[in-house]
Amino acid sequence: MAIAGGFIWLTVIGLLAHATRHERTPIDERVASRLIFWGGAAIPSLLLFLLLGYALWLMPGLRPFARAGEANGLRIEVTGEQFWWRVAYHPADGGVPILSANEIRLPVGERVEFLLKSTDVIHSFWIPALGGKMDMIPGRVNRLSLLATKPGTYRGPCAEYCGTSHALMTFTAVAMQPAAFREWLAVRANPSPGASLPGRDIFLRNGCGACHRVAGTQAEGGVGPDLSHMGSRGTIGAGVLTTDDEAVRSFIAHPHLIKPGSKMPDFNMLPQQDIAEIASWLKGLE
Amino acid sequence: MTTLKARIKRNALPSAEKIEEEQLRLVWKTPIGWRYWTSVNNTQVGLWYGGAAFAFMLFGGVLALLVRTQLAVPGNNFLSADFYNQAFTLHGTVMMFLFAVPIFEAVAIFLLPPMLGARELPFPRLGAFGFWSFLIGGVFVCGSIFFDAAPSSGWFMYPPLATDKAYSGIGADIWLLGLSFIEVASIAAAVELIVGIMKCRAPGMRINLMPLFAWYLLIVAGMILFAFPPLIAGDILFEMQRMFDWPFFDPTRGGDPLLWQHLFWIFGHPEVYIIFLPAIALMAMIVPTFSQRPIVGYSWIVLAAVGTGFLSFGLWVHHMFATGLPQISLAFFSAASEAVAIPTGVQIFVFIATMLAGRVIFSVPMLFGAGGLAIFVIGGLTGVMVALVPFDWQAHDTYFIVAHLHYVLIGGMLFPLVAGVYYYYPLINARMLSPRLGRTAFWLMFAGFNVAFFPMHLSGLRGMPRRVFTYPEGIGWDWLNLISTIGAYVFAAGVLVVVFDVVRPKHREPRSEQNPWKAGTLEWLNEPEENWGVRSIPIIESRYPLWDQADLMQKVNEGAYYLRSAKENRRETLITSVLDAHPLQCQRVATSTTITIISAALLGGVFVALTFELWILALLSGIGTLSAVLWWLWTGTGETPEKKTKDVGLGLRLPLYASGPDSVGWWAMFITMVGDGTAFASLIFGYFFYWTIHPDFTLGQPGPGMRWPMIALSLFVAAWAAMLGARRLNASGWIDGARLALVAAFLLTLAASAAGFAGPWQHDMQPTAHVYPAIVWILVIWALAHAAVGSVMQLYCLARSLAGRLTREHDMELHNVALYWHFMAITAVITFAVIGLFPEAM
Repeated sequence: MAIAGGFIWLTVIGLLAHATRHERTPIDERVASRLIFWGGAAIPSLLLFLLLGYALWLMPGLRPFARAGEANGLRIEVTGEQFWWRVAYHPADGGVPILSANEIRLPVGERVEFLLKSTDVIHSFWIPALGGKMDMIPGRVNRLSLLATKPGTYRGPCAEYCGTSHALMTFTAVAMQPAAFREWLAVRANPSPGASLPGRDIFLRNGCGACHRVAGTQAEGGVGPDLSHMGSRGTIGAGVLTTDDEAVRSFIAHPHLIKPGSKMPDFNMLPQQDIAEIASWLKGLE
Repeated sequence: MTTLKARIKRNALPSAEKIEEEQLRLVWKTPIGWRYWTSVNNTQVGLWYGGAAFAFMLFGGVLALLVRTQLAVPGNNFLSADFYNQAFTLHGTVMMFLFAVPIFEAVAIFLLPPMLGARELPFPRLGAFGFWSFLIGGVFVCGSIFFDAAPSSGWFMYPPLATDKAYSGIGADIWLLGLSFIEVASIAAAVELIVGIMKCRAPGMRINLMPLFAWYLLIVAGMILFAFPPLIAGDILFEMQRMFDWPFFDPTRGGDPLLWQHLFWIFGHPEVYIIFLPAIALMAMIVPTFSQRPIVGYSWIVLAAVGTGFLSFGLWVHHMFATGLPQISLAFFSAASEAVAIPTGVQIFVFIATMLAGRVIFSVPMLFGAGGLAIFVIGGLTGVMVALVPFDWQAHDTYFIVAHLHYVLIGGMLFPLVAGVYYYYPLINARMLSPRLGRTAFWLMFAGFNVAFFPMHLSGLRGMPRRVFTYPEGIGWDWLNLISTIGAYVFAAGVLVVVFDVVRPKHREPRSEQNPWKAGTLEWLNEPEENWGVRSIPIIESRYPLWDQADLMQKVNEGAYYLRSAKENRRETLITSVLDAHPLQCQRVATSTTITIISAALLGGVFVALTFELWILALLSGIGTLSAVLWWLWTGTGETPEKKTKDVGLGLRLPLYASGPDSVGWWAMFITMVGDGTAFASLIFGYFFYWTIHPDFTLGQPGPGMRWPMIALSLFVAAWAAMLGARRLNASGWIDGARLALVAAFLLTLAASAAGFAGPWQHDMQPTAHVYPAIVWILVIWALAHAAVGSVMQLYCLARSLAGRLTREHDMELHNVALYWHFMAITAVITFAVIGLFPEAM
């Protein structure tokens, strides 16, 4: 398309440059009218017709018409939030959904159906390497099916402007071999064994559980991202920082510096020691 | 012929004619001192309008440079996230609403009268009012950023981000109310331009002899009339949600955020062509002049422009390909989006063919024109790509789109506009701009533009989303963004050269000739020193009268044609018939006044007070606006002339008064009401939109019932009938009967309004509970507000009649109000039939 476009551009601009030459003899008005008809109307119509036909033919293949309730495989529900992603894996057998956030894993070679929602403002779900984008609109459920053909880790930015930290709202998509994926998912169905470090009690004592859920503890909050297996995710803060002790500590202390407009309050008033304990506990949840 | 020679020649005239010329000059004289700003003449208003729009463009450009500086390197903290979001939102808003559309209203107000051989547009005060509204609204919206209160939800203002006070602050209100004010100004300009083009052409300038610029502006003004009202309707719903929590876009109470997207893009896509077509219109004036021949394919280009205008209303969904709409509708809108490329191609080839068929003089305007075309064609080709749904799913909301839209708008609008500035500058100042500076500016702008925007295609294809205030290092976007930023500064340097060339003092330079480019169209008869447009209004027989009609310039300057004098000390212009431009009437137009500034300031007060929810101040300003407008109408319109007819020269006598379809006021009312009807249709669209997305539309909410809406409907029809009766009785000469009918119409209107209100009121419909009562209330409020205006009109007619200003022969007001009531009756019938019958029928 780019090459054809370049060719058309060169033709038009060449004609224009030729027309600006003062020395050439003016062409006849009848010839000029014919030029308008062929160059301006007939040839573009033909080209556009062909191009459009090709694109329309492609469409159903790229986005199979999925009907509600007909999906037979794994369904992943992704909800856009300011400014992170709530993820729930719905097993094909209708079992208990497995909750996560800001990271999506999917099996290679199997079509996965995504249910895309939003609870606050409009976001848009997009994994550039796997397919086009689909908006997440409050009050609607949009469906998108994707097929990963190669294992790998892909970046998924929010593609619809959603407020202050729209730029800092990304997730990681990991395409895995089907067997590895199933094993991974099975592990996620249970709480992380996580070392029972002192950080856990500090976490609970300071009310973090009011917003965050950590499976296997009293932390049941649903406002912020699920942290049950946070240590196994490559990034924190929806793709803002790489998961390491330093990053987790600074995010707990002042999320607003790292992510303006985030709903999480600063916990800078906690003793540095406590923050460090929470961080190392969270990081250990794998 | 130089002006100097013309001057010498005029000095040799006999003294009676000299006195006549002096008197004409005095009548059209621009006031001096502070009173300069009370001028309403198209030349001054056009210049102010253009200057203000240009200043807003520079402001928007500075915002763009801030944005580019922030994005120069990854992880930059030059701007905070919030300020960045304000900057890009305001950049888009300013460029679209405060520059791109107004600049062409400015050019049109400045150029159209001389181009059509008219002294003035038919409603000079309306034009001035539009300008002052625009200026007040624009300063208000732009100023907000200095208080950290600018809108930050993007220029498209999608709900719920922009409607919910939890997500967006007062900036959203400033955007909505400030821009609603400017939209009103745009519609005012559209009315003025349409009537001007249809009714104020020089005698003999049949519609197929009209300069292409006029054709294009006629199409564009028509598009404004159908494109802006849906946005105004959307703004009303939007502001009702923000101020009073009516749930139009809240899905938990039956609303839907997508309705805004539909209304916004029904406006937003034609908007692109509203911006683009006038620029092409400038090229359509420039290309023939420098090809030294008439345009090839006049009918082709007119048809193509009309086609573009029509098609542009069928493309809006291509901004919504990723919202999850059914694929079948995506396919339809994809095809329509591709189709619009065809008339655009025709227009480009008309220019190329004209150049090929002539001998081209490659001057600075042509340089900018050709450069703009080279850029625009790239934007057009990427447009063809993104109109393909599968491609758009990837490219949508990425920097690929940023590249595409800037290629289209800067190539298709800014470059031709600068070409127009270089071309028409002699009409402003009787001097030429510098070709050397022009070439420097061109190459800086052309190179800078491509360096800035071409890499954005790549960063977009590499996955960079739009509207991000920062991006991480090492994902392939770093160097592309740095190059873009460097290019942006080079481009800005080029714009500065243009600005310098325009503002540098030129009084020492020699005066340019009256028609320096040897163009063929009438506007080149205009001399900047004279405010009267043309010395006398010529008879036109050709599309390029200065080329084809021998000695036209000399004869016009000698006053050999119509309206060579102003014996009654009044500003006058000719009104001609729509198709054939037969002279019909000698129209007296307004002279300098402060009422326009006062009205605009008061109306601005209403919008500003509403923004800060200062209800009392808003109410007071509203009353002030109404009084100012009534005073304006009472003292300045529908005046009874001292005699019936007037000798306009060449043995022709024309009436000084016209009413009904012969008068320009009737046309203005008609055109305004078409725009008003479009806004109403958009609200009705909203009603049925909610019905289509809900299996049970009313969701058990109470409706207005059938009884009261039907009573209201009948009473409104009766009021309309009484209004028509008043007009007829007045025409038959039974003045008392007409007055009685007016009183009856007024009382019926009051009763009808009460009945309309009673429906939703008696059934206790709570507009905050669910979208169904909310949309019913909005429709009723719309009808009642129109009824209120209609009843003021009835009282106005009654007062005019009692004051002896409205008589059997001079009944313009009655005709115009009756016309308003035709539309009022349609609005009322549709409103009450829909809210009363539709739920019952379901």
